[in-house]
Amino acid sequence: MKFTISWLKEHLDTDASVAEIAGTLNRIGLEVEAIEDKAKALSAFTIAYVIEAKQHPNADRLRVCMVDTGAGEPVQVVCGAPNARTGMKSVFSPPGTYIPGKDITLGKGVIRGVESNGMLCSAAELMLSEDHDGIIDLPEDAPVGQSYAAYAGLGDAVIEIAVTPNRADALGVAGIARDLAAAGLGTLKNAPIESVRGTFPCPVSVTLDFTGEDRKLCPAFALRLVRGVKNGPSPDWLQARLRAVGLRPINALVDITNFMTLDRNRPLHVFDAARVKGDLTVRRARDGETILALDGKTYTLTSEQVVIADDHGVESLAGIMGGEASGCDETTTDVLIESALWDPLNIARSGRALGINSDARYRFERGVDPEFARPGLELATAMVLDLCGGEASEIAFAGEIPDSPGAVDFPWSEVKRLTGLDLPQAEMQLALTSLGFDVSGAGERVKVTAPSWRADVGGKADLVEEIVRIAGLDRVVSTPLPRIKGEVVKPVLTVLQKRTRLAKRTLAARGLVEGVTWSFISKDQATLFGGGSPKLALANPIAADLSDMRPSLLPGLIRAAQSNADRGYPDVALFEVGQIFLSDEPEGQLIAATGLRRGTAHLAAQGRHWDGAAKPVDVFDAKADALALLAGLGVPTGGLQIVPEGPAWAHPGRSATLRFGPKGVIGAFGELHPRILKALDAKGPLVAFEIHLDALPLPKSKPTKVKPKLVLSDFQPLTRDFAFIVDQSVAAGEMAKTAQNADRALIAGANVFDIYEGQGVEAGKKSVALAVTLQPTEKTLTDTEIETVGARIVAEMAKRYGATLRG
Amino acid sequence: MTDLATLERDVLAAIDAAANEAAVEDVRIGALGKSGSISALLKTLGGMTPDERKEKGPLINGLRDRVQTAIVARKEALGEAALEARLASERVDVSLPVQEGPESRGRIHPITQVIDEITAIFGDMGFTIAEGPDVETDDLNFTKLNFPVGHPAREMHDTFFFAPDANGERKLLRTHTSPVQVRTMLAQEPPIRVICPGRTYRNDSDQTHTPMFHQVEGLVIDRQAHLGHLKWILEEFCKSFFEIDDVKMRLRPSFFPFTEPSMEVDIQCSRKGGEIRFGEGDDWLEILGCGMVHPNVLRNCGLDPEIYQGFAWGMGIDRIAMLKYGMPDLRPFFEADVRWLAHYGFRPLDLPTLTGGLSS
Repeated sequence: MKFTISWLKEHLDTDASVAEIAGTLNRIGLEVEAIEDKAKALSAFTIAYVIEAKQHPNADRLRVCMVDTGAGEPVQVVCGAPNARTGMKSVFSPPGTYIPGKDITLGKGVIRGVESNGMLCSAAELMLSEDHDGIIDLPEDAPVGQSYAAYAGLGDAVIEIAVTPNRADALGVAGIARDLAAAGLGTLKNAPIESVRGTFPCPVSVTLDFTGEDRKLCPAFALRLVRGVKNGPSPDWLQARLRAVGLRPINALVDITNFMTLDRNRPLHVFDAARVKGDLTVRRARDGETILALDGKTYTLTSEQVVIADDHGVESLAGIMGGEASGCDETTTDVLIESALWDPLNIARSGRALGINSDARYRFERGVDPEFARPGLELATAMVLDLCGGEASEIAFAGEIPDSPGAVDFPWSEVKRLTGLDLPQAEMQLALTSLGFDVSGAGERVKVTAPSWRADVGGKADLVEEIVRIAGLDRVVSTPLPRIKGEVVKPVLTVLQKRTRLAKRTLAARGLVEGVTWSFISKDQATLFGGGSPKLALANPIAADLSDMRPSLLPGLIRAAQSNADRGYPDVALFEVGQIFLSDEPEGQLIAATGLRRGTAHLAAQGRHWDGAAKPVDVFDAKADALALLAGLGVPTGGLQIVPEGPAWAHPGRSATLRFGPKGVIGAFGELHPRILKALDAKGPLVAFEIHLDALPLPKSKPTKVKPKLVLSDFQPLTRDFAFIVDQSVAAGEMAKTAQNADRALIAGANVFDIYEGQGVEAGKKSVALAVTLQPTEKTLTDTEIETVGARIVAEMAKRYGATLRG
Repeated sequence: MTDLATLERDVLAAIDAAANEAAVEDVRIGALGKSGSISALLKTLGGMTPDERKEKGPLINGLRDRVQTAIVARKEALGEAALEARLASERVDVSLPVQEGPESRGRIHPITQVIDEITAIFGDMGFTIAEGPDVETDDLNFTKLNFPVGHPAREMHDTFFFAPDANGERKLLRTHTSPVQVRTMLAQEPPIRVICPGRTYRNDSDQTHTPMFHQVEGLVIDRQAHLGHLKWILEEFCKSFFEIDDVKMRLRPSFFPFTEPSMEVDIQCSRKGGEIRFGEGDDWLEILGCGMVHPNVLRNCGLDPEIYQGFAWGMGIDRIAMLKYGMPDLRPFFEADVRWLAHYGFRPLDLPTLTGGLSS
């Protein structure tokens, strides 16, 4: 909402400066978005007289002017404008002036050998118009030396405010003035509105063709004819006012409706009576009806929209935009002026459906003052008679103005309860009454009735807001919020929150870099990773490749890794811990911790190095990350199973699923499937893991923080190595577990220290070398005891894996 | 006696001349071994008369002691020299670069860091952290929060919708984290003190808007929480978060459907050369919206507004991260560009605490 200071002063008697007005607007909730103060911006530009303009000695297109600036000696200026001539008056700027149209600060200069001490300016250079054909040519009587902005009437600052959806009343200058007056910035003029007596009945009647619930679509409709008008350009003051706030003047009748919209938040419509056939009916549109609207576009309507129709058909989109056919132009002699009330919800829906953003829609969907429908029409009629002449009819009125809601039972103590602010009752009462509220009764509780223009006020909290808004929020006193219990704070994070935080730090400590990628990905990508269900597809995505909620963090990370590679960083290690979506229910949203390594981005080394070039990353890098994450989170991994073959995104031979039993899948790791990489337009080597933090077993709650007793042995551990020949398909990791379980009391660990296939080992077989550590606890082991354990391991291996000791 | 002197001179010369420890050992055996020259002299002492022994004993023993000392000294010197020679041959070029370790490569995203900072501050004030789903119902995102169906306030949020279900109801991506406040009020009896950080979505994209962003909201509900408490919390938060001694704050009346009275909060700052500093200057910067929870919202959540009252506020996590750490543009937050993350990200163990300081 834009307005000028002079416009505001039509409604508000005040001496306040622009800065004071702006400050007060901010203070009372009408946030100032911009102040355009041309007088201030152009204060250095003055009116000057060109004493002499003669040809530049060295340039055909330039002239050398001697200029009387009204400040002492004449000044020499080199000017390139074709219209620069002796005896003219124009606008001068001295060196050091900022020229807004050119975005430069003027300096002294020598142009083609002639000194120039300033500039004569075009309107474009002052950003006043597009006109840069020549310098500004002022009338002879323009006073030399005076500020051009003041002379040209540019001293009227334009203020633009952001009006929140609840404050429909501030969408008119008069309403803004009322708020400022209540805040103590001046006196509201509030001139009474005279009724215009009609001298003949309105020849066009209005029917509101609604029944039942539909009646609220148009509660009231007032119409009057003014005949014998002369429509043409509106007077300068009106044109200037509309231009100042960015509206293009059309003709007096249309300008009057725009003025009423901005001045009083009372949108009106004018029909050229000669183009209206028969009477007017307000009704729902018929499906498929069309109208050519004033914006030059044809709209096809449905019964959801309300129209004003005559015998020709639809003439106007009610409360949104008029029709071209019955619009007013210079030939209009008889004009019908409409002032109506519409249903805000229907206007909002219709405007949205038709894609029309008009000033009328904007106001009607926020709600106009219902009581002002008739006074608004009277005021507009008076303006029409004043500017265009003619003779007014009586008002044809259909429907009725709805009753306003009742009074609010208001205890003054409510202000202190909600704000902590202890205000005198008289001050609170004055704030309300000066905003137009009616306060009746006395004492602790009163009845407060909101004015008809404040449909947003319906309860006690609203009244508290009005009071503190006017009293000033700066008076609210900071008050420490006491602790609920006077004690040291208790831990507040849930297990999942703690794990999420810890997962991020653990992965970052392994050299992975945390990314935050979009929650939505393309449908193709979602489908590849098990998502893409219609329930998780956006109906209105911002872009085709951001259309479906992600079932995995991998697609986003893989694409990010590829982007980094494309920028010249092929060795990247990325992770994200964030939400994935398996259904549209809250339980379907899980937290995944996902990491990937690309190129040679190993934990300890990457790229080429004098100490040996790093190999491409492989599945064991991803496995190490996944297991390190579980270790970092303190998840006991005794029961963890690593089952070959991960999900569809993974290379089947180089991946595994991580689970605690068949129903306890927690994630997977592996090399990316080549087909997936191709589909994502990404290149490997790329390995990744994904773990669902929600799926991890919860920590057992323990009665105390005491750790189990530590038992240390006094005897040296000893190690025995075994090499077994087994089929290639036997899992070496399982063999190590089996070895360890051969004597749980004695065997402290078993490690695979070599895998060999090739010469000396039969085809289809491999040699697996295990180092088994024995930890005696009671006495040093005898050779026989050691041999017994060894024999048991060998027997177990033979039984479970068909393993033989390598000869 | 000349023999003794000659012997001493010869043995000491041989020790001096020994080039390595083995040669010294040879000399030692030749002099002090079983059949060594000095050992032989020592043996003669047994056959001497007491007077002779009294005279020659000290001479021979002295000779033995001096030779022994010389041998030890020579062995030590040779050992030192050998070590020096080995060390001299063992030099490496320590200027050779080592592989950068994971601790220096790993990074925490600024959003994570700022959420941890916020958690540290509000955790100290006794707030818990509440979370909720990103895919929300219209009821929890709008209706319960006093956005009437069709109200223009809904249009302030460019909402992402899913397709309507069989009943014509369509889910949406939450446009703010306020539905988490509703879920909290529906699930928990006052007193309530929660903050709700999380991802939020609006169908909007330009230099300062991305379709996905992060918000943190706070909610306090009890029987006496008022605007003065809200102002204090926000002032204390800003001082603590921006790590400044003083903050000047301005409340401006505003409008949100779920609060009444509603206000926006500006903090005083200076802007010099594109850099924003708080606690100085005479400019104002809007950082958050807040207000007293609307009676309709309380009622919608099963709380009697005549008994319970409270306030809520909300701000952009990405935005306050940008203000504190100076990222000029929002869009790179979601691009996972390792160059940006290396620069604006945080080291893995930069854990924000109130005792150690939020940032290092």
